[in-house]
Amino acid sequence: MTPTATIDFQIMWNRLIAVVEEQATTLIRTAFSTSVREAGDLSAGLFDRQGRMMAQAVTGTPGHVNAMAESVTHFAARIGPQDTFEGDVFITNDPWLGTGHLHDITVVTPVFRNGVHIGYFACTAHVVDIGGRGFGPDGREVYEEGLLIPITKFAVRGQVQPLLIEMVRANVRTPDQTVGDMYSLAACNKTGERRLLSMMDEFHIDTLGDLSDFIIETSRKATRAAIATVPAGSYGNTMQVDGYDTPVHMEVRLVVEGDRLTADFAGTSGMSKFGVNCPEVYTRAYACYALKCAIAPEVPNNTGSLEPFEITAPEGSILAARRPAPVSVRHVMGHLVPDVVLGALDKAMPGVVPAEGASALWNIQISARPTDPASGLPDREILMFNSGGTGARPAHDGLSATAFPSGVSTMSVEATEHVGPITVWRKDLREGSGGTGAQRGGLGQTIEIEAREGYDFYFNAMFDRVRHPARGREGGGDGAPGRVELADGTELRSKGRQLVRNGQRLRLSLPGGGGHGDPRKRSLEAIAEDIAAGFITAEAARTQYGDDD
Amino acid sequence: MTPSEIRVGVDIGGTFTDVALAHPGGLATGKVMTSHARPEQAIIDGILGAARDAGVDPGAIRQVIHGTTLVTNALIERRGARTAFITTEGFRDVIEMRSENRFEQYDLNIVLPKPLVPRQDRFTLDERMGPNGEVLRPLDPAEVAAMVARVLDGGFEAVAIGLIHAYANDAHERAMAKALREAAPELAISISSVISPQMRELPRFNTVIANAYVQPQVSDYLGRLVSRLRDVGVTAPVYLLHSGGGLISVDTAVEQPVRLLESGPAGGAIFAADYARAHGLDQVLSFDMGGTTAKICLIEDGTPKTANTFEVARTYRFKKGSGMTVSTPVVEMVEIGAGGGSIASIDSMGRLRVGPRSAGSEPGPACYGRGGTEPTVTDANLLLGRLDPENFAGGSIRLHPDRAEAAAKALEMTADAAGFGITELVDENMANAARVHAVENGRDIEHFTMIAFGGGAPLHACRLCEKLGIDELLIPPGAGVGSAIGFLKAPFSFEATRGLFQRLDAFDAEAVTTALAEMEAEAHDFVDDGARGLERTTRLTAQMRYSGQGWEIPVILPHRRLGPDDVPMIHALFEEAYRTLFGRTIDGLPVEITNWLLTVSTVLPPVTPAVRHAAGEAAPALRTRQFLDAAERRIVDAPEVLRSELTPGRMVEGPAIVVEFETCTIVTSGYRVIGQGDGSLRLIRKEARP
Repeated sequence: MTPTATIDFQIMWNRLIAVVEEQATTLIRTAFSTSVREAGDLSAGLFDRQGRMMAQAVTGTPGHVNAMAESVTHFAARIGPQDTFEGDVFITNDPWLGTGHLHDITVVTPVFRNGVHIGYFACTAHVVDIGGRGFGPDGREVYEEGLLIPITKFAVRGQVQPLLIEMVRANVRTPDQTVGDMYSLAACNKTGERRLLSMMDEFHIDTLGDLSDFIIETSRKATRAAIATVPAGSYGNTMQVDGYDTPVHMEVRLVVEGDRLTADFAGTSGMSKFGVNCPEVYTRAYACYALKCAIAPEVPNNTGSLEPFEITAPEGSILAARRPAPVSVRHVMGHLVPDVVLGALDKAMPGVVPAEGASALWNIQISARPTDPASGLPDREILMFNSGGTGARPAHDGLSATAFPSGVSTMSVEATEHVGPITVWRKDLREGSGGTGAQRGGLGQTIEIEAREGYDFYFNAMFDRVRHPARGREGGGDGAPGRVELADGTELRSKGRQLVRNGQRLRLSLPGGGGHGDPRKRSLEAIAEDIAAGFITAEAARTQYGDDD
Repeated sequence: MTPSEIRVGVDIGGTFTDVALAHPGGLATGKVMTSHARPEQAIIDGILGAARDAGVDPGAIRQVIHGTTLVTNALIERRGARTAFITTEGFRDVIEMRSENRFEQYDLNIVLPKPLVPRQDRFTLDERMGPNGEVLRPLDPAEVAAMVARVLDGGFEAVAIGLIHAYANDAHERAMAKALREAAPELAISISSVISPQMRELPRFNTVIANAYVQPQVSDYLGRLVSRLRDVGVTAPVYLLHSGGGLISVDTAVEQPVRLLESGPAGGAIFAADYARAHGLDQVLSFDMGGTTAKICLIEDGTPKTANTFEVARTYRFKKGSGMTVSTPVVEMVEIGAGGGSIASIDSMGRLRVGPRSAGSEPGPACYGRGGTEPTVTDANLLLGRLDPENFAGGSIRLHPDRAEAAAKALEMTADAAGFGITELVDENMANAARVHAVENGRDIEHFTMIAFGGGAPLHACRLCEKLGIDELLIPPGAGVGSAIGFLKAPFSFEATRGLFQRLDAFDAEAVTTALAEMEAEAHDFVDDGARGLERTTRLTAQMRYSGQGWEIPVILPHRRLGPDDVPMIHALFEEAYRTLFGRTIDGLPVEITNWLLTVSTVLPPVTPAVRHAAGEAAPALRTRQFLDAAERRIVDAPEVLRSELTPGRMVEGPAIVVEFETCTIVTSGYRVIGQGDGSLRLIRKEARP
């Protein structure tokens, strides 16, 4: 390859990453669901003709990392080349072929150049409603969780299939928005296609094969080289988390041999009766995300950078649920996967990975209902995203009230109070909740919510790390466990739908992150700062950090 | 303001202070080195120098218009006043918890920026307003008195007050401020319901804190500046360019210094907007490239696009989310780490990267021969023949091609390949940023004309147009001091904002009318400060969305008394704006308004239309030089033409190089360049779409 050709490939690679970012931006701005907009719960990517992922946008959800890479292969297998036409648009929301639950719709558009099929654009977004019981853990089988669209064509040669649209409209609570989002998905692929074709004009190329080889091989080489720096060996880790109805045991074994890395979840608990089960693809995504962060963070996501991480979970475990298990809120377990994986990796490369954190988001879905049904006050639904503390890093404190591994943003309390009849009396840092350590764990937060005049509210609890706190590392202390209660101290359940009556105040104390290293080695300056800020008390400084000043 | 008045614009930048003095005989411009210790000294030197060049008496200057990065720098360098923050109980940590996310998804070691006010200096009051301004918990006077004592005991230099829902009811904020003022009249106090009365606590609190934090410093500086100007005989009133692109008085600037963020770069956008109007261009992309960054702004119908939030003081270079969001009216600019000093390197995958690290002016690019050893964009331009080593920056810096070549070796490729790769990548980075910005605004960049200025722009602008599919490019004269010239073209203006939540299906016309009347009076008051008696226009913008959405879009409404009958009209305008941005509307969802923005500005004098030329006779060439034409991937022979030879109507076919004192313009093979009536260069694509 001549130097100029290499540089052209690099420029095109750069451009493709910009193209998929633009594709994702288009989707974020047109989608309806809160989780797409605020949480970046979407993905967008470009694939070559063989279904190998060439570029993927960096969005708020690592849960789509591998899921996206694998999904197009399923489409290509189901709809063969002989049935792939210019103007076609494919679709599915099959949790096992897409991104793990019915709320995520994946749309794949084959791209043609001069009549020749050269690749695919794909994108996924979380839609507002997909029918069934609605978004929640209560379904006992996936059938109860909503409408499943098998891999099929949304459009054939440019013609949208009316039967599909009518089926969706008839089965969801928000037909305009759900169908609108299907069109948005198709349109964002179109945006990508336009940009790709103009790039191919500019560089005078007609196929993607050579460029794809270059991107994937370069990435694979860099990823393998990074894996090769991890000391060879077999590293296990286990972690107990609250689970839904019964505690869940997570277990992983990493095996590193030269530039190969495998991770297997044998020994992990079986499936739950509730919708917290993860299809294996979702587990792979979070495990891979964690490994990539620690081992090869610089390499962009594509088939070449993901394949070297070989991740498996035993079928029938909670991390590789079998059809027709309920999977609606699979993120609750999925968000905890990085902690167990990083714990194993720590044994191979100490001093790199953080301690365990709150990890699972504490999202609150609130249904405000009039105390007196005859009052004529309307029902209101309110969704809040909230994060506890992250684990301390070997060289830095954990991040307080910050999402990891998810990339969610919180919403303004003022804006939330305009959405529904609640008052958020408190949303501030939870003092003393960070695990002790040379590096302190991130603090959790405290939230207090009360219904306004004329209303009671229900909330759907899906909170973890209440009975099993985030553990410290290298002598660091555990983060404070979470707590769910009324402000008067009445304890509430951390899972399931519960009523908070008018005049009562719900108090959520979100978990802190674990500490890293011996607390007695924490710098006196950092301890003094923590006392001044009120993150720890002077008493705690003495008893937990051995600070006598 | 009449054309015969003598006015001077001064822009303090990181390296140079630029001056532009308009007088009946024309325009005198100058550059002096910025003095970081005493920035006002450079202003005095610059103004006196320009007055001397123009042959005018400093006492005859009628207006001094100033833009400064002082506020931005104070926030970046954390050099503000020791500030206390008073807020509602339960919300002490809003500014520390931020948006609860990470701005870098794959970095396990990110560090979040520290809040401007540390936790021990953030105090709470046990009070609470509801979303519609109703008092949920009254303010206890005893607690107010205790708070006054606490703040005074703490020895703070400034106080910011930000209470929940204060945009809907400011009574508690005002009561607290009043008590503090009575006890300590000298204390700088900022309240959120005045500084940024908009819904959303994080940006409002950030804004009021930033205001308080910089206030003592800005007040000192402007006081010193005015008195030093008097000392040297400049008795003219001083005005400041605010970030929204208009002028405000010194008093307003001292009261609301947060409005001065980005005041310099806004001048550049106004400069470009003035040329857009003179050339009758409706859709313009301004492109300003300097030594360390490039800035991009959309200008439509002669007006730079504005926004009402802005992220300042990013702690990870140019990384979205790593700074703090403030809500203040601002000319919306995308800034990327791409400039002449941007450094090229090879990443872990063997890929060439350019920026965001920069060699700055010290040591500068390797070819400056001042100790820089890493290859930069300027080195690459030199290697490709786009810069003349003997004639750079008017011959003031001799460039060393051998040093550039040595630096390129570090990249383990030939000098040609390095030069090509670096310039293509930096152009690619800028093109991608411009494209995304256009998409975010629902615009198609191919329909825009580019106006380029700043030292590096003429070298890169034509290639950028090729990448973006833009057919026409304008390079105005005086582009080196564009911001300072822009200051002279700015109107007096003030934008008043208000958070007043309204669902259209329950539109309270009376409440809206009352609020708008207050906002209008407030805006006129501020404009009166500098422009009493001048003709004005008023623009009303509502930020609107479908109920349940998290982002609003700006919708321009007619400025008149709104009644209940206007709801269908407002709805229709919202749908039109929504369709422009997103290509469709949604039936059946209620529509709501969150914040209102009302801008009063003086009417700009009509521009003199530029005489435009699309073709003409060939201008003579000095000699032939070679440069690498990136689109054609080959070295081309290009005539070198003096800019002064491109008189109105004279033309050169690309490839060509147009040289002038401070920089040179690369015209690629796909374009031709024609001199315009106003001294601009106009580049037109040879195969432009009809």
